[in-house]
Amino acid sequence: MMGAWQIAWFTVACAAGATILMLPAGVLIAWLLARRNFPGRSIVETLVSLPLVMPPVATGLLLLVLLSRRGALGGMLERLGIEIVFTWKAVVIAMAIMGLPLLVRTARAGFEQVNSRYERVAATLGAPPSRIFFTISLPLAWPSVLAGAVLGFARALGEFGATIIVAGSIPGETRTLAVAIYSYTETGQDAQAIRLVLVSVVIAFVALWSANRLVERRAA
Amino acid sequence: MIAIDIQLKQGAFSLAAAFNLDARVAALFGPSGAGKTTILDAIAGLRTPDRGSIAIDGRLLFSSDARVNVPPHQRHVGYVPQDVALFPHMDVRRNLLYGRHPGISPDLERVVGMLEIGKLVDRRVTDLSGGERQRVALGRALMSGPSLLLLDEPLAAVDVPLRKRILPYLGRVRDDLRLPIVYVSHDREEVEALAEVVVRIEEGKVAGVDRA
Repeated sequence: MMGAWQIAWFTVACAAGATILMLPAGVLIAWLLARRNFPGRSIVETLVSLPLVMPPVATGLLLLVLLSRRGALGGMLERLGIEIVFTWKAVVIAMAIMGLPLLVRTARAGFEQVNSRYERVAATLGAPPSRIFFTISLPLAWPSVLAGAVLGFARALGEFGATIIVAGSIPGETRTLAVAIYSYTETGQDAQAIRLVLVSVVIAFVALWSANRLVERRAA
Repeated sequence: MIAIDIQLKQGAFSLAAAFNLDARVAALFGPSGAGKTTILDAIAGLRTPDRGSIAIDGRLLFSSDARVNVPPHQRHVGYVPQDVALFPHMDVRRNLLYGRHPGISPDLERVVGMLEIGKLVDRRVTDLSGGERQRVALGRALMSGPSLLLLDEPLAAVDVPLRKRILPYLGRVRDDLRLPIVYVSHDREEVEALAEVVVRIEEGKVAGVDRA
């Protein structure tokens, strides 16, 4: 049996990987939704939030269909020698998809709060849009982006439904805290399960507590 | 020489303004809501007119017929908005240097000296008084090496005694840097103190052009 802390470490590492994966896309989508009008805007807005409302198991199944060897994306990746399904990579991807809505919603609110006067003045000072983004919009929205990332990370930590479908519960390979708790409970190892629950509580508490501090600092 | 002939509609408000300016300092004068700021925004490229054209010294910045619309960051137009909008996450020095273009921009020393903001460069912008913010914003616009300076109500945010102290700085910008200035004001005294030409704007239209 794997130690509780080993499972915890694996879970935190995957959640961190998922956060790194969702940040560039999430921040870009958040900024686009906050600042740009483009065709299909409301579709993107809805799609991004979908994992928040859909049963996670359904999201997992969609990912499985997409990423398996016979799937559209999975077939392509297999030819490149990359296998996703039932590996730690599937854990990271499932976590990223499930955390993305929280990141996007929080970061978007942050970008919307930035007074567009600053961005407009920066343009008259000769800054092209990319420079405005990195020197004005992003730094001013930074507390919200960070809070969104922490929320996404926290959501990723607890991810279960999508993970178990697309990555399974392979000890030492894809077994996260949530999946391990389920597996232990299923096999009657209640004491093990409780230990992992306590570890989960500590990690989730720290993640949410930091997110709240960041949001408060922004409001101050 | 600035040649403007623009039309735009926004909700119930419509603007149709055409005028040429050959003066060094011109004021757009009129009551609030008349469309003065909209004209400045159009010159700076921050708002796109529905139709018309804008040219500065023969350089076409906007033309609906020729399908020209130079983006704001390529217009070389310095713009100080009414609320000055100093970047709150940067100190005064980084604000001043934000738009610096080597080869085009004036020396920082010269701008700082002219506006007497040398003592402020290491301060946070949140620690500045209204008059200081105004001068720093002016300096920031000048440091981008613009070919035209747009000022939106440059003296509205400062109290009356301070206005008399800021006016000379605007005069120095006009005379030392030989930079054409277009500014918006609803204050007759302010207009008379600075402008060579006054464009009276009323209800989205040019009501008259006077030489001071």
